[in-house]
Amino acid sequence: MENIQETEHIEAFTSKDLETDQEVRWCPGCGDYSILKQVQTVVPKLGLKRENIVFISGIGCSSRFPYYMETYGMHSIHGRATAIASGLKISRPELSVWIVTGDGDALSIGGNHFIHLLRRNPDVNILLFNNQIYGLTKGQYSPTSVEGQVTKSSPLGVLDHPFNPLALSLGAEASFVARTMDRDPKHLQATLHRAAAFKGASMLEIYQNCNVFNDGAFFIYTDKETKAASAIFVEEGKPLVFGENQNKGIRFNNGKPEIVDLTEGKFGISDLWVHDEQDPYKANLLSRFYDHPSEPGHFPRPFGVIYAKERRTYENIVHDQLDFAKEKMGLGDLDALIKGKQTWEIAD
Amino acid sequence: MTTKERINIDDVVIRFAGDSGDGIQLIGTEFTNATALSQNDLGTFPDFPAEIRAPAGTLAGVSGYQIHFGSNEIHTPGDLCDVLVVMNAAALKKNLSNLKKPGIIIANEDGFDAKNLRLAGIADEENPIKNNSLDGYKVYIIPITKITRESLKASGLGTKEMDRSKNMFILGLICWMYQRPLAPSIEETKRRFAKNPAVLEANLKVLNAGFNYGETAEIIEEKFKVAPAKMKPGVYRGITGNAATALGLVAASVKSGLPLFYGSYPITPASDILHELAKQKNFGVITFQAEDEIAAISSAIGASYGGSLGVTASSGPGIDLKSEAMGLAVMLELPLVIINVQRAGPSTGMPTKTEQADLLLSFYGRHGEAPMPILAANSPTDCFDTIYEAARLAVEFMTPVTFLSDGYIANGAEPWRFPQTADLKGFKINLATSKDISDNKYYPYMRDERLVRTWALPGTPGLENRIGGIEKEDITGNISYDPKNHEKMVHIRAQKIANIADFIPLQALDSGPEKGKVLILGWGSTYGTIKTACQELKKEGIEVSHAHLKYMNPMPKNLGEILSSFDKVLIPEMNMGQLLMLIRAKFMIPAIGYSKVRGLPFSTHDIVDKVKEIL
Repeated sequence: MENIQETEHIEAFTSKDLETDQEVRWCPGCGDYSILKQVQTVVPKLGLKRENIVFISGIGCSSRFPYYMETYGMHSIHGRATAIASGLKISRPELSVWIVTGDGDALSIGGNHFIHLLRRNPDVNILLFNNQIYGLTKGQYSPTSVEGQVTKSSPLGVLDHPFNPLALSLGAEASFVARTMDRDPKHLQATLHRAAAFKGASMLEIYQNCNVFNDGAFFIYTDKETKAASAIFVEEGKPLVFGENQNKGIRFNNGKPEIVDLTEGKFGISDLWVHDEQDPYKANLLSRFYDHPSEPGHFPRPFGVIYAKERRTYENIVHDQLDFAKEKMGLGDLDALIKGKQTWEIAD
Repeated sequence: MTTKERINIDDVVIRFAGDSGDGIQLIGTEFTNATALSQNDLGTFPDFPAEIRAPAGTLAGVSGYQIHFGSNEIHTPGDLCDVLVVMNAAALKKNLSNLKKPGIIIANEDGFDAKNLRLAGIADEENPIKNNSLDGYKVYIIPITKITRESLKASGLGTKEMDRSKNMFILGLICWMYQRPLAPSIEETKRRFAKNPAVLEANLKVLNAGFNYGETAEIIEEKFKVAPAKMKPGVYRGITGNAATALGLVAASVKSGLPLFYGSYPITPASDILHELAKQKNFGVITFQAEDEIAAISSAIGASYGGSLGVTASSGPGIDLKSEAMGLAVMLELPLVIINVQRAGPSTGMPTKTEQADLLLSFYGRHGEAPMPILAANSPTDCFDTIYEAARLAVEFMTPVTFLSDGYIANGAEPWRFPQTADLKGFKINLATSKDISDNKYYPYMRDERLVRTWALPGTPGLENRIGGIEKEDITGNISYDPKNHEKMVHIRAQKIANIADFIPLQALDSGPEKGKVLILGWGSTYGTIKTACQELKKEGIEVSHAHLKYMNPMPKNLGEILSSFDKVLIPEMNMGQLLMLIRAKFMIPAIGYSKVRGLPFSTHDIVDKVKEIL
């Protein structure tokens, strides 16, 4: 993530200014604290006016977020933050609109709004806190829970096949798709920065640990012993390497990704797949690296910006069309509109 | 040439009926325009099937359009028709019971062939235009399809394309019978087929053929004259309820200076509002066709949060889906207009048929105590005034407002003495400013003496604040689970809506004495029928009074006083007695209900008979 440009703006406000007078009420040890802190760290660096920032959330643990940000904010209803944010951004393009949502909020009850927002591509930032569990309702499985996971509502294990949020997003025509995690503050900060800087709908999945109902779901990607072999951090223009001492890489073999050992002398760095954020085909393949880490020969889980290709934002298209109509038909004349095309007069 | 003079008549009801692919709605609308330009008062009733194209020739596929016009005041599309125009056997079978006896039948002979009879479920030997079953009516049988093909012989069009113009023959013929100008139809046809000269020419040719057939064929024995109506002087246009609703919203946007954001999902019979508004982009109107009903209202709430006039619209099933978000709007205390063009339910019910069965839904169809103002339009043109007023109340009182219309007035049309922009009421907008900051803070739930909070638009420095659906502490808006605070907030939200009664007009009687034996209390689209019934009763020497509610919640402050001035209060509704229940509960009077739930409006004689029954 070295290519992130620090903005030259003088910070008009500090992280401290983003704290509210509300007591933060997540469980002690919740991953949400880390995300809140990194958001409060990144937002002052974006060159935004604080009054132009709006955080909109749905329902769930993550959705308390707006109450802890000293910006404009709305804690709305379950699954609808994406739809509410769409209306706000379309009508007020100059605002910086952030959506805070979770795996249940965005992918279950709000799944429809989520996919339609992505295809329309308004310039908003979606922070999807994925903890693979329902926390606020105290421990039922979510649409990202893994098969077999034992939860309060699945004592014998989850039957449902999970969503793969990145693949779902790309399938919904998302223009920016990235993944990061709460326990890697540096990566989280850098990826938040990228999501915020992107013009268009940014879908940032954040692996977030629920230490009460699903503790350790993502530790394999952060613990020293397992991290190197399980996670791959993709960077624009760089080959896909991972493993202890970067000893493994991923190359294409007859159009299929394949893990290769870089220490055997058979393959070198130049044989590897080079990450290209603007390549939708590669992005789709990368998003499919979703095998369960317990499976032998599984691909490492990718983190970083998987896909980022700007296209016109929805609010721009909407307002261009309004301008076009005004230019073509002239500014609306209410009296003429009410009068219509055909009238008749009844004389005194 | 017909030499007879035109017969003067005061009013007439004509019903066009044919296959839903026959263009019946189109000629109905065109004839309405021509009638409006002839300065008659009028009311219309489009009666179409739910299916876009049900199997041709079947009863299910019959589409109807009824127009009532005259030289006197017209408040309804009429009960039974004087003239029934039918394109095929199914249309006759389905509509004959709507025709007065003796009435006029104009039938397309080609629609009564063996195939059409079979599709209509009529045995060959029972062909109504060949046996004597239509005795007592004046029947004109015209081979309309044949004549249409004949007149287009040289056009180069295929048979199918030629046949599509046959509705224009009817339009031309009826325009001749009732002395309507062809010019507006010619103009509209030119507009419609601007890109297809061959079809344009065909349509105009057949239109003229119909007119000339009346003039020269000497088949139609009577022609009529309906003198211009003695209407209030002024400039008029014709308009449907849905179009008037759309214009009212644009007017509210222009007058308030608030950009209009219309979040909607297509649904019968509300979609025409979306179509109308989508044309008004040069007014800065944003129409957002959302992925579903929930997104439609949610996006409107988002836009309203940002300072737009947020509006959403739907009908029955869609309104159900919106209810959670309506509750959010109640809690957020943001302006929002929710349009419900009611249709027959429950569930999918009868989408193209009318009903008034969502009144209690509007009052109580949300969990928790979630009151909001409710206004109901009483005629197509009243949709303009009522939606404008709904928008004004929403903005001035920082609340969602439900606007009720229904399929009957949404699709019905009438002449409109339209207002001038300058005469429309202004909007007072409660925008929060830096003046609302105290102790360095902005309190989103601080209220004025009416209990109304201020509207803090994102982008305003110093007013950063959080609002949400969780119960909030009075004044600060912080999350609160305190029992006393919750009770206080429930009362505040209720009182705020109740207070609106101080700012709306007192209830007036539409007609009749201030006290007496019977008051008919109506609401919504039954207005014209009740009014006409009162006029009929008066002619018979029976005097009743009529009051019609527009402000359903809160109700006008003097309503109780009016109700108590009558021995009996009759409440006719197209539901099972919803206003009846509210009135009985609120005023504890033994009001009498009169229900009709057939997906059709009341007829005048329904009301007349009911009044006589209870007298």
